[in-house]
Amino acid sequence: MKFWPLIKVLPVRTHFRFVRLSRYAALLSIVAVIGSLALSLFPFTPPCGGLECGIDFKGGTVMEISTAPKAVDLAKVRAAVTNLHIGDVQVQPFGNTSEAMVRFQTPEGQDGNATVQKVQATLKQTLGQVRFSKTELVGPKVSGELFTSGLIGLGLAILLMLIYIWFRFELQFGLGAVAALFHDVFLTFGLIAILDIEFNLTAVAAILTIIGYSMNDTVVVFDRFRENLRKYKRMPLAEVIDMSINEMLTRTIITSMTAVLALIALAIFGGPSLYGLSVIMLFGIVIGTYSSIYIAAPVILLWGVKRSDDPAEPLKPATVR
Amino acid sequence: MMNVSRWKVILVVLATVFGLLFTLPNLLPAKVRDQLPAFMPKKVLNLGLDLQGGSSLLYSVDTAALRTERLTNLTEDVRSTLREKEIAFTGLAVVGDAINVRITDPAQVSDAANALRQSVGAPLASTAGGRDVSVSTAADQRLRIAFVPAAFEAETARAVEQNIEVIRRRIDQMGTKEPDIARQGKDRIFIQAAGESDPERLKNIIGQTAKLTFQMLDEGVSPEDIASGRVPPGSEIIPSTDGFAPTYVVKKRAVVTGEMLTSASPGFDQQTGHAVVQFRFNGIGARRFGDVTRQNLGKRFAIVLDKKVISAPVIQSAITGGSGQITGNFTEQSANDLAVLLRAGALPAPMKVEEQRTVGAELGADAVNAGAVSALVGLVATLIFMILMYGWLFGGISILGLVVNGLMIIGVMSFTGATLTLPGIAGLILTLAVAVDANVLIYERMRDELRAGRSLIAAMDAGFSRAMGTILDANMTHILSALIMFQFGSGPVRGFAWTLAIGVLTTVFSAVLVTQVLLAWWFRTFRPKTLPIA
Repeated sequence: MKFWPLIKVLPVRTHFRFVRLSRYAALLSIVAVIGSLALSLFPFTPPCGGLECGIDFKGGTVMEISTAPKAVDLAKVRAAVTNLHIGDVQVQPFGNTSEAMVRFQTPEGQDGNATVQKVQATLKQTLGQVRFSKTELVGPKVSGELFTSGLIGLGLAILLMLIYIWFRFELQFGLGAVAALFHDVFLTFGLIAILDIEFNLTAVAAILTIIGYSMNDTVVVFDRFRENLRKYKRMPLAEVIDMSINEMLTRTIITSMTAVLALIALAIFGGPSLYGLSVIMLFGIVIGTYSSIYIAAPVILLWGVKRSDDPAEPLKPATVR
Repeated sequence: MMNVSRWKVILVVLATVFGLLFTLPNLLPAKVRDQLPAFMPKKVLNLGLDLQGGSSLLYSVDTAALRTERLTNLTEDVRSTLREKEIAFTGLAVVGDAINVRITDPAQVSDAANALRQSVGAPLASTAGGRDVSVSTAADQRLRIAFVPAAFEAETARAVEQNIEVIRRRIDQMGTKEPDIARQGKDRIFIQAAGESDPERLKNIIGQTAKLTFQMLDEGVSPEDIASGRVPPGSEIIPSTDGFAPTYVVKKRAVVTGEMLTSASPGFDQQTGHAVVQFRFNGIGARRFGDVTRQNLGKRFAIVLDKKVISAPVIQSAITGGSGQITGNFTEQSANDLAVLLRAGALPAPMKVEEQRTVGAELGADAVNAGAVSALVGLVATLIFMILMYGWLFGGISILGLVVNGLMIIGVMSFTGATLTLPGIAGLILTLAVAVDANVLIYERMRDELRAGRSLIAAMDAGFSRAMGTILDANMTHILSALIMFQFGSGPVRGFAWTLAIGVLTTVFSAVLVTQVLLAWWFRTFRPKTLPIA
């Protein structure tokens, strides 16, 4: 037996009893979802709850400063900016040792840009050689708008997927898919809360991508499931589900592997601004694969599907072209 | 499926050529690119702000301030109109959104109302009275003068347009390339200037109102009165940045204003060598300035910029030539910036910062490098993985499909002028990694069909066409989420969505056609008896 190509070595047909485990998986998922919700909602600080709110949604200013090649003296920066009395100031290391990130809120009733200029002047004075590599200021009005449109976007994405699956399959399939989506989105929120990843527009984009990917995976499993339902009319539903998942297992593993490989590369080499995005997506891919198998399919089992007693229709090639 | 029609082959070849042609300019240095023959495309990927540096600014016109200003001006108009008609009045003041005034002589109330109706405010065709101000009588010989609702709306729209005009002039003066300036919604202005070497400076220049006035100092006020804020009604205390005094008391009436300047340029004082701004007045400005300086020899006037005194010189001699210089606390650059501002004119309406994002060019370059490295590593990892899984032939076919796919994505993005952002690079990497999913689906389906007892050719055929439905269904989900991102995201997120959407389309294309053509070619050339992956 040859060991290459590897595909030949993989078992031709697996016979895992996924459905039998789904009870435990469901329990695990419910606990995880509740935990994630708790982590991302509490404390109820508006607007982001327990998530580390980025200025996109909270408003305020973030500055990335660099004193390269010298190392940046964080304590000095903190002292200088705090002395300006502009409220809560956070100074964090960022990237390498010569870089730092300064965040603050614009005091009530003051001009945002004036505050930024004041801080920049102060930093120039205390640090001497300093470069402002990135400055982002989001006013309260815009941050509110961004937050609303972010939430609407997430909600609408899930709704669209439900309609699409309903349209392409059946309502039960759509509900299963949406249950899987909520599962993925909530768990991702949990991850964002645990890892203290900044919740901003990029994070929302990452979650939307996860929604797309998780659905992709679910659709592939559903597609085979539907086909097998027609082929094996008398087989119990649970067995059809198991068979379909097993048949698609090789594909699921290979595709998740390529995605995971690429995202690991992104997380390692993509620099600090892409790190959050790639970690969120990495997690989402793993979760999305899990939820297609353990959430989407079992929900259908719970709900049942209409199975006509018509004679098995001959397999038609999928209608494309 | 193994009989591929000719147009499919042609399509694949065309797509590959298109991808190559439009991707090529991105790989060439600018110099070589300029020497390409005319028929070759020269467009390169449009890099987002986060990749090439620059500013993206969102301002809103401060409508409240605009309203206050308009009401103040209207009050003065009412005062002068009534004085002109010799109508005595008391209690002229702004109350809420309107102006109240009490006419002393009851007999003159209707005269006053008529006079005001005819002369104050501006013509506005859409209103009943033909003017944007309504005058109504109230009890106790009072008149109420207010702007009609449409007036403020028209005013806001006009102010936004004028502000955009001024901002455009300022940016042009700075030599920024291709700024993007647009009105957004009712009262917002969006400005995007990419590739600016000093985005911070651009931002500061755009945001400044730059209202310049020359006002006489009120030197009769004692320091104690200044300290307690007691100043005559026609004067006011204004902070100073000239480095000599923290505040000055100046007469409210402006002698000359910035609109009367015809030119301004940075220069150096011949005696001290300090940076100064040299300016020239127009006819009216020169005459007024000449008169005032002649009458006020030995006194001081103040040059006021945005309610701050930048200089308060003593009038040594009458300045009748119509030109002069502003000495202040300037550096070479701030003198230059002020000259730019004075040339372009003041913003007609004050603006508030709503959103401001600036990225230095160096950070952008770092981001491009990080993105390129991670894309390359991710891609190579995918390639190795596919070869390991499916061997040279089938793995190779999926890689060729991937290459065509990548070329097409970059080609389409260059061609359509789509913006590539940093998250967009992440989208690209993910798209390419997931693109092999289509190949995997096809291959796995073929193996299934073969296992179900079909002949090789039938299995390949069926595997291909059955997988196609799945591929289309599955990719539709990506398109939907990209659509949502495009609708609700801003800037970088939109770039991400766009990259994702283009990627999905090219992925389906290369999976459907490239893989099919290559497989058919392999099958017809080698007449295989077994599938190398089964």
